[in-house]
Amino acid sequence: MEKTLEEILSSYNGEKSELIPVLQDIQSNFGYLSEESIIEVSKFLNMPESEVYGVATFYAQFRFDPIGRKHIMVCKGTACHVLGASQIIEGIERHLGINEGEVTFDLEYSLESVGCLGCCALAPCAMINDNVESKIGLKDIKKMFRKSKSPNKDN
Amino acid sequence: MNFNKITQKAKEEYNSLYEREDPLILIGSATCGNSAGASALIPIIEETLEDHDLKAEIMEVGCIGICYVEPIITVFKKGKPGIFYGNITPKIATKIVESYLINDDPLPEHALGTVGKGEIQGINSFFDMPVLKPQVRKILRHCGFIDPKNIDHYIANEGYSGFINALKLKPEEIIEKLKESGLRGRGGAGFPTWMKWQFCIDSEADTKYLICNADEGDPGAFMNRSLLESDPHSVLEGILIGGYVTGAKNAYIYCRAEYPLALERLKHALVQMREYGFLGKNINNSGFNFDIEIKEGAGAFVCGEETALIASIEGKRGTPRTRPPFPTTSGLWGKPTVINNVETFASVAFIMQESPGKFAEYGTDASKGTKTFSLVGQVKNTGLIEVPLGTTLREVIFDIGGGILDDGEFKAVQIGGPSGGCLTEEFIDTPIDYDSLVTAGAIMGSGGLVVMDQSTCMVDVAQYFLGFIQKESCGKCVPCRLGTKQMLDILGDITEGKGHIEDIALLMELAEGIKEGSLCALGGTSPNPVLTTLNLFKDEYDAHINEKICPSLVCKNLISYNIIQDKCNGCMLCLKSCPVNAISGEKKEPHTIDQSKCVKCGTCIDLCSKADAVECISKPKEDNEDNNASAII
Ligand SMILES: Cc1cc2nc3c(=O)[nH]c(=O)nc-3n(C[C@H](O)[C@H](O)[C@H](O)COP(=O)(O)O)c2cc1C
Ligand code: SF4
Ligand code: SF4
Ligand code: FES
Repeated sequence: MEKTLEEILSSYNGEKSELIPVLQDIQSNFGYLSEESIIEVSKFLNMPESEVYGVATFYAQFRFDPIGRKHIMVCKGTACHVLGASQIIEGIERHLGINEGEVTFDLEYSLESVGCLGCCALAPCAMINDNVESKIGLKDIKKMFRKSKSPNKDN
Repeated sequence: MNFNKITQKAKEEYNSLYEREDPLILIGSATCGNSAGASALIPIIEETLEDHDLKAEIMEVGCIGICYVEPIITVFKKGKPGIFYGNITPKIATKIVESYLINDDPLPEHALGTVGKGEIQGINSFFDMPVLKPQVRKILRHCGFIDPKNIDHYIANEGYSGFINALKLKPEEIIEKLKESGLRGRGGAGFPTWMKWQFCIDSEADTKYLICNADEGDPGAFMNRSLLESDPHSVLEGILIGGYVTGAKNAYIYCRAEYPLALERLKHALVQMREYGFLGKNINNSGFNFDIEIKEGAGAFVCGEETALIASIEGKRGTPRTRPPFPTTSGLWGKPTVINNVETFASVAFIMQESPGKFAEYGTDASKGTKTFSLVGQVKNTGLIEVPLGTTLREVIFDIGGGILDDGEFKAVQIGGPSGGCLTEEFIDTPIDYDSLVTAGAIMGSGGLVVMDQSTCMVDVAQYFLGFIQKESCGKCVPCRLGTKQMLDILGDITEGKGHIEDIALLMELAEGIKEGSLCALGGTSPNPVLTTLNLFKDEYDAHINEKICPSLVCKNLISYNIIQDKCNGCMLCLKSCPVNAISGEKKEPHTIDQSKCVKCGTCIDLCSKADAVECISKPKEDNEDNNASAII
């Protein structure tokens, strides 16, 4: 269902105020903002590339490198923090052999931390693609990756 | 179709749900419920029904707030009260369906309580549960009972009647009602809602805007997420009323992208509103035109601040600007703009559906109504609660929250997010209202209550909040951008056992400068977590600085893990799981940890819960000296 860059842009009017939604749309289709897409956006909205980068880099959501097929966002919110989020992040880093912000060699997993997933009552939490995993313990880390590997778990 | 007809039809549909011959099964499917396994229950229940040739209606509802026992299902059988069941696993779900639907055995051992008329032997009333009894559910009244994807369910429960009532009144009459209700903004600062709306009315302009702030950036808070997922129309109705009163023709909902389900349900709800003629031109033949659009946030905490939020909607970097002019004078694209929080709008809908008096009968003189809080952290009953303002912290943490996790000792509660503060045992009887909290040294904020017990290190918590703020600073003001970095570095040193006595004074000095020199409340309040912990937990800072220990055994550099030889049965569980192979030992023989290899991940202590042979201890003194010695060599 992947759209081309052209298709994405053609659904907008070309107004400057559309910059963030356009970038969001591109990222949700391609997983990240490539250099090429930034150039196209800057032409489309008639603003300098530097301005597009200026906005894009301000927001935590935007990425400039591809992510893994399974994108993991570990919550670093207050509730998760007091219940051991940093240990969970380190555990996942060790398990995958990558640091926060990186992608595994086979492009299977990428790891990021986020402010709060809003699932604080069941902390600590992490989101794998669109699924939230809650009450994660150190011993669940291995299991978590096995589980998320099975295809179409939510279908 | 006129509103009366719509309501009548909706009521018929909704009532028929509960009067049907076949059972009705509700599943709490908000983000929290789903993450606990709710979505996976649906196919399992369907299969069980099929296996036994049973008919039943399955309905996904929102979150009722008692997240600690999720997933939750509720089963209604004709002529009987509904039964809430908690901690549902696929196995238990199957068991409940089989035994209650086939054999009429309601399995009281899995039940939380009953709702509605009638009694079931062995099961108490759901709302008599200690976690629910002290609560007053006004804003959350529909959550967990209606299908958030079905506008008719909302309408059947008096939904949109508040808007229809509003259309019969002049804006100034509605302002009077809001004044009478005493509603203050639920987004943090507690500004009177009527006054904000009045300012916007008073600003002359051809175009005005309304913004619903659903950014909910406070870590540890999820009240807005839960409400949007469980009852989106209550918020949308409030926005509609706001548009009518302020004269805005367009509204934006600025909702964070980290809330995909809330966004999905909002989008769905907007489509339904349009179908019912609650959006668009000449709404309900009143001549009122109005539209609502969703803007997805892009992950910047500072965008919850009004002027930054406006910049973000305009497509720019979300940096705050000086005020005045206030947004009600010059906001989005320079036009008068009202920004309110999600819960504020839902409160407006309630006030207009019921009456200002029904709202004002709860709360204190200066803080009226009920307020939702997310009760999280080291407390037994975590979840979303709603209580009258003025309820004490003790009632919330011990009566509703059930006390501290694992019967630990209460240490502090963090309230008001990164701008707030920690309150200790000494303040446990403080009423939760805007003014009492300020007197106690915290703020209401949006309603996140993070409970902490003895296992939390307050220096680490202060470092955590500063780290958050430092990352989220928009960078415009030097004191905020660089000052918080300096403070963070100092705290880092302290938690690593490299602190000096002078650090405390330095922290205080920096705090003052940052407070004075920052433009927006993010910077201005950022030293609060440090100042309140310094004030209340000075001894913990001292222990880190002078004795180089972390009394709560949290700060990694100041602790070590050790296997108690007498307790270790040599099961090898820890050895197999240690990520760095720091553990050695033979089967059935006591194991040991090589301290030079251990990265203090905590896995071994987690795994050894049965034999309880791993302990976390303050780093032995010799070890520190060793380190120093090797550093010199
Ligand atoms: C850094 C910062 C972040 C904020 N985040 C939020 C937020 O996520 N949600 C919110 O409703 N208000 C937030 N606020 C408060 C808003 O700026 C504003 O006061 C509020 O939305 C007004 O709504 P109310 O009058 O209904 O409370 C934040 C303020 C600051 C300074
Ligand atoms: S105080 Fe901080 S977040 Fe606020 S405007 Fe200044 S730099 Fe930005
Ligand atoms: S804390 Fe982690 S690294 Fe250290 S011994 Fe235990 S399992 Fe191994
Ligand atoms: S603190 Fe982690 S989900 Fe909110």
